[in-house]
Amino acid sequence: MIPRGVGGRHFADRAVRVIMIPAALSGIAILAWILWEVISRGASAIDWAFLTRLPSPPGVEGGGLGNAIVGTLLMTVLATAIGAPLGLLAGVFLAEFGPRSRIATAVRFTSNLLMGTPSIIIGVFVYALIVLRTGHFSGWAGAVALAILILPVVLRTTEDMLNLVPDELRESGLALGAPRWRVTLWIIFRAAKTGLVTGVLLAVARVSGETAPLLFTSLNSFYWPETLGEPTANLTVTIFNYAMSPYADWQQKAWGASFLITVSVLIVAVLARFSFQKRSRQS
Amino acid sequence: MPMRYSPSAVVVLCLLAVMLVATVAPAAPTINGAGATFPEPIYALWMSKYYELNGVKINYQGIGSSGGIRQIEAGTVDFGGSDAPMKAPDLAESGLMQFPMVVGGVVPIVNLEGVAPGQLKLSPGLLAEVFAGEIMYWDDPAIRNLNPDIKLPHKAVTVVHRAEGSGTTWIFTNYLDKVSAKWHEKIGSGKTVAWPTGVGAKGNPGVAAYVQRVDGSIGYVEYAYAVQNALPHVSLRNAAGEFVQPTVESFQAAAANADWAGAEGYYMVLTDQPGKATWPIVGATFILVHKEMEDAETAKVMLGFFDWCYKHGGEMALEKDYVPIPENVVAMVQESWKTELTAGGQPVW
Amino acid sequence: MPETSGQHRADITFKLITAFCALAVIVLMGGIFIELLRNSLPSIRTFGLGFLTSDAWNPGASEFGALSSMYGTLVSTGIAMLIAVPLGLIIAIYLVEVAHPAVSRVVGGAVELLAAIPSIIYGMWGLFVFAGVMQDHVQPALGETLGFLPLFQGPPMGIGMLTAGIVLAIMVLPFITAVTRDVLLMVPPVLKESAHGVGSTMWESVRSVSLRYGRRGIIGAVFLGFGRALGETMAVTFVIGNSHRISASLFAAGNTIASSLANEFNEASEPLYLSSLVQLALVLFAITLVFQSVAHVWFGKLQQMETGQR
Repeated sequence: MIPRGVGGRHFADRAVRVIMIPAALSGIAILAWILWEVISRGASAIDWAFLTRLPSPPGVEGGGLGNAIVGTLLMTVLATAIGAPLGLLAGVFLAEFGPRSRIATAVRFTSNLLMGTPSIIIGVFVYALIVLRTGHFSGWAGAVALAILILPVVLRTTEDMLNLVPDELRESGLALGAPRWRVTLWIIFRAAKTGLVTGVLLAVARVSGETAPLLFTSLNSFYWPETLGEPTANLTVTIFNYAMSPYADWQQKAWGASFLITVSVLIVAVLARFSFQKRSRQS
Repeated sequence: MPMRYSPSAVVVLCLLAVMLVATVAPAAPTINGAGATFPEPIYALWMSKYYELNGVKINYQGIGSSGGIRQIEAGTVDFGGSDAPMKAPDLAESGLMQFPMVVGGVVPIVNLEGVAPGQLKLSPGLLAEVFAGEIMYWDDPAIRNLNPDIKLPHKAVTVVHRAEGSGTTWIFTNYLDKVSAKWHEKIGSGKTVAWPTGVGAKGNPGVAAYVQRVDGSIGYVEYAYAVQNALPHVSLRNAAGEFVQPTVESFQAAAANADWAGAEGYYMVLTDQPGKATWPIVGATFILVHKEMEDAETAKVMLGFFDWCYKHGGEMALEKDYVPIPENVVAMVQESWKTELTAGGQPVW
Repeated sequence: MPETSGQHRADITFKLITAFCALAVIVLMGGIFIELLRNSLPSIRTFGLGFLTSDAWNPGASEFGALSSMYGTLVSTGIAMLIAVPLGLIIAIYLVEVAHPAVSRVVGGAVELLAAIPSIIYGMWGLFVFAGVMQDHVQPALGETLGFLPLFQGPPMGIGMLTAGIVLAIMVLPFITAVTRDVLLMVPPVLKESAHGVGSTMWESVRSVSLRYGRRGIIGAVFLGFGRALGETMAVTFVIGNSHRISASLFAAGNTIASSLANEFNEASEPLYLSSLVQLALVLFAITLVFQSVAHVWFGKLQQMETGQR
């Protein structure tokens, strides 16, 4: 360390503070600006028609994104139904059966790779896997793409949460003669329940805002999703299409949809965090 | 230990049950189409009207003509839309049938302060030079010569073209290819070309959106998009040497020259047509279907929609500045439906 | 109570089921690689390794090359990290060391929530709000002051490589800030107090103690942020301008692998075009895989070094 006089060091400290505060404040200001724009432009677009009606051609009043909302809900729930159990069970394997085994290390590494894979590549994969083979776009393909995104996230959080459960709990369960599967599902899951649910919720929150994987799988539709075997309306691809359009009413609807997604994601994230903190404080 | 069912599990199970019912329950067939954004404004109108009248759902996604061709060839949609007509041998190879649906005009649009719709005049050669990136600023002497009464700013020219394979591009570059030897040599025509300059936008709407935003930009769109978005269009000099405005009459003048009977597979190009009042960049947009259809029911419903558009959609088309296909051609097309389209060996029309 | 064979069988079944689910991850990864490779074969056979060095992109003439997309991916990500990392560190340090604890909690919470916002929102904001600001104010100012550099030449369009890089930076920023803040908050107070006890200033304490202590977590966050930025689609596609030309100027339009896929995948009509796009996806996949693996290994080494030292 270069010895410097006290004055020099204080100067450096002060200089850093002087630079830091405006820089930090402008960074925070930009983020606040974004939230503000989403809220102000988006909230005004939400009305009853927006939530319940079908899209109308550009320039025609009164249309809505009811079908896109339903489509997104359907595909997200289906994706969760597919991806979350897989992730949970895989996480159980990693945490309960030989966590340091070579298989476990390989699975863990691969899961991290999968989590870091750009979602558009997952979209291309599911297109090749399902859309090309079945011959049409479908909500199923979209749900599968989203499920692939959910899987590694739930796997990671499940393993982390299960690892937090003290071994004593496992040992006491086994000592009482309960079989392994019972100990895991009834006792360990119960103990880690909040954390597991949080993990699934966070994965769902992340996935519900994804656009790229749906671009080549579920496409989009102007009608109510009556079956998932066809192109299925959804909020994110709609935002993509509407935002790039020149029509002011479509652009406004895109903001409305953005607002809806942002609010939902934030609510889920906050709920997940609160319930987790509450429970961990209780225990 | 007594089992207790958590309420959340019950909720999830109910949701899943609802979804299973929703996905498995039979639904009225939705006809899926995809392709050109050129006709999308009129298609969207026709489809929503048809749904109102008959409850039949036609779901058309504007993904560009290339996309339309690809999707119909892959069989992922029931019909494709393209403004770049396929030649008869290619149609035969893919087992497709092509027929014209409506005619429209492509217009250059600009975003220049103080320039009103139809005010800026460009000659064919100049248009080609601008899109080739050879004219860098709006106050270039060549442009000023043609437009002595406009105060042109010293602003950089930003070209906006299509990012994806587009029939609108096909029609536009077909025209430029015809009127500029330099363009023909260096760039050529097609659904996509190697644009020497500019920004790529998705779909006609995307081009309109970018031109709306970028000061000093010039793009090309189907006329309905210029009107819809109040974007100033350019007045062009046609083959007869007249500066014309894009009106539905000027499009009709171009379409009047079309010899549909002699067109194999209805292949038709309508750029640079003769006539004093003709708009020089006009094109027809086509529907592509498989000659051998999978399901007779779906095929009938789909052809029923197109039939309705031909017979009842003419006024709506004219209102949006599209030119409907004349009756005699419709008769020819429907004759082709009878002879060429089958499902399971039986004709569908 | 002795184990009955039925229970034993149930246990084995359970273990097999969970193992199956775990292995499904590996099978999935392998499947992705195989499908991408399979669908890229026509393009690989046609262009070979030249695909990676060619800047051609002419669907009409069926000539494709990955260079402009790779260039755009790296440049936009580079701009994003150059902005987001220092800014994220500064904000985090500010929140932890300087700001009032209540402010730190509120703003910190808000930043964490922002990290959860889907990236398409950033794309929307970038297109509708920020592009205009760039075209009217930022780009002309940059052009006037730094216009002698080829980086800042050319007409201000509002959309282009620079705008895309900045929007990407803003998207990655909350994530880096949140993780850095968490890391800094975990520095044991006793370490900071001892630093202050021997007379170091706030900045010296942060630099030598907190940042050093949290080095691994921060670098991990930077790596994760980089990985996300590489593959980001929606924040970039709206504002990058979709041009396949490589330009020295940051004001020019460009494209990234992800934005090309988003814009052109559904529209690629010829098999070779589609195959080239899938090959682009394969290239991106390979880049992110290599990057993540390198980070993983380097991290492991770093961890070994640190635990060895302590």
